[in-house]
Amino acid sequence: MGLLSKKDSKLILDPLADNNPITIQVLGICSALAITAELKASIVMSISVLFVMGVGNVVISLMRNIIPSKIRIIVQLVVVAFLVIIVDLVLKAFAYELSKTLSVFVGLIITNCIIMGRFEAFALGNGIWRSFLDGIGNALGYGVILIIVGFFRELLGSGTLLGFKVLGDPIEKTGLYAIGYENNGFMLLSPMALIVVGILIWVQRSRNKALIED
Amino acid sequence: MALKETLHQLKEKYKGTKMAPAFNAIHTFLYLPNETTHGGTHIKAADDLKRTMNTVIMALVPCLIFGMFNAGYQHFAALGTPVDFLSWDAFYIGLIKVLPLVVVSYGVGLAIEFLFAVIKGHEVEEGYLVTGMLVPLIVPIDLPLWMLAVAVAFGVVIGKEVFGGTGMNILNPALTIRAFLFFAYPTWMSGDKVWVHGAVERAGTADAISGETLLGAYAQNTELGYSLYDMFMGFIPGSVGETSKLLIIAGGLFLIFTKVGSWRIMLSTVIGALAMGLIFNGVADAGWIGESSKFYGLMSVPFWQHLIIGSILFGAVYMATDPVTASQTNRGKWIYGFLIGFISIMIRVFNPAYPEGVFLAILLMNVFAPTIDHYVVQGNVKRRMKRLKAKVA
Repeated sequence: MGLLSKKDSKLILDPLADNNPITIQVLGICSALAITAELKASIVMSISVLFVMGVGNVVISLMRNIIPSKIRIIVQLVVVAFLVIIVDLVLKAFAYELSKTLSVFVGLIITNCIIMGRFEAFALGNGIWRSFLDGIGNALGYGVILIIVGFFRELLGSGTLLGFKVLGDPIEKTGLYAIGYENNGFMLLSPMALIVVGILIWVQRSRNKALIED
Repeated sequence: MALKETLHQLKEKYKGTKMAPAFNAIHTFLYLPNETTHGGTHIKAADDLKRTMNTVIMALVPCLIFGMFNAGYQHFAALGTPVDFLSWDAFYIGLIKVLPLVVVSYGVGLAIEFLFAVIKGHEVEEGYLVTGMLVPLIVPIDLPLWMLAVAVAFGVVIGKEVFGGTGMNILNPALTIRAFLFFAYPTWMSGDKVWVHGAVERAGTADAISGETLLGAYAQNTELGYSLYDMFMGFIPGSVGETSKLLIIAGGLFLIFTKVGSWRIMLSTVIGALAMGLIFNGVADAGWIGESSKFYGLMSVPFWQHLIIGSILFGAVYMATDPVTASQTNRGKWIYGFLIGFISIMIRVFNPAYPEGVFLAILLMNVFAPTIDHYVVQGNVKRRMKRLKAKVA
């Protein structure tokens, strides 16, 4: 990355792998379990969080010297709430069906621990550019896991990807369904999302020995 | 002894390599190993893990054979051309339908056990021997084999290996496999049709056959097609191996006699089921619930009949007693078993859409077993502390 110094590119790349907010820090699990039954919802959720975190980190970083530390949590909440409402209204205006699927979880981005965590831990103490990169990096790390989980859950649970019937038609018995394949209903239930995330953590930890704790 | 010699040589050849556990396992399973402890003081006991597992399998074999006969018997009865129960025709259907289930269950399960043993570099454990036998007995006869294979892989990996293998698991692997099947492929695991071979394929055609279950009939207050004698002997549709209450009781007595299964858990499960049944009878008799209620049918079943419908006895004898996932303390076993029976009947009555809750109840109590043990042990500690104080003072 010629654009970014080595230190800056670390801000983006670290959360994608060895310091992933979901699989390593185990934050933001609730939404990862709730909305990943469809790939489309996962992608929209990832983009929403990307927007909220990128802009939010910049805003907090801009204000970091004028926020009295006693009320900083309230200020952070106001910023997140403001951004989330924008996302919510945009979704309702341009993707109404999808916003109904995501329902309450768009509003609950406010409570996503990753966002408040990055505001507290990073944006309050760093410059605008670095805060922006950190926000983008963590949101991407979150989004990657969401999309991986959403991919497997939709493929195995409904036999579709983004609504396309990639495995054939279950009612007319074409494609894989012709030879007796059936969708796995368990994949659509939240417990299975937890197990999929667990398997991702397992794979990641067994590949990287530095992450193994005693 | 040629085979033993060959095995021994193979074992020596692979000693210290990655594949060693696999060859050790085959050798130990088939023969007494050449290396036994010598000298020193040792307590000698014949009941090692292998012996324990084999005892349970011996207790299960009658259920399996009965299940094979029953599969064919129910198939022909539903077709309208009944055959004798102990006939070759009946056994043949059972053989070609049940044997593949057993083979797939053992094949997939043991392959995963071997794989994990080789990767982790420990010895293959005997834990899957019983699970592999239990699984075919608790699934519907027509379950597609690939579903069973997927479920076994899931159950062994997520239910057992992630916790560290045999002896470390929180949930009973056989029931984890069944729970996975139930939630993943509900159309193959519940309803009226799945319990009789051929019923699913023929549904909706001119040859449609009915395979209504007892619990369904009870729940809907319809006339029962089976006598109490049939229910007790097991001449009813159901999962492969859980219909014959007579053979389950015989197997249970065998397990108690050989001291492999805990009589406390078996007895307390039955007591728990009876208690819940009595409560429901009381509610129905007192008129707190109208005859039009959807719960009335199962609530008014005489409490003792709950034991011979559904799979509560099978669960009590073979599932709840799994020494790894059950409570370890004697008092804990009473509580654990009682709650299994109690909750099973509660789920059965309150969930008419899926009336059999035994496996859910056992899984739930598996999770609570360590908590029960903790409080039993703490209770003992407190009582002794008090006694000690009284003595000192």
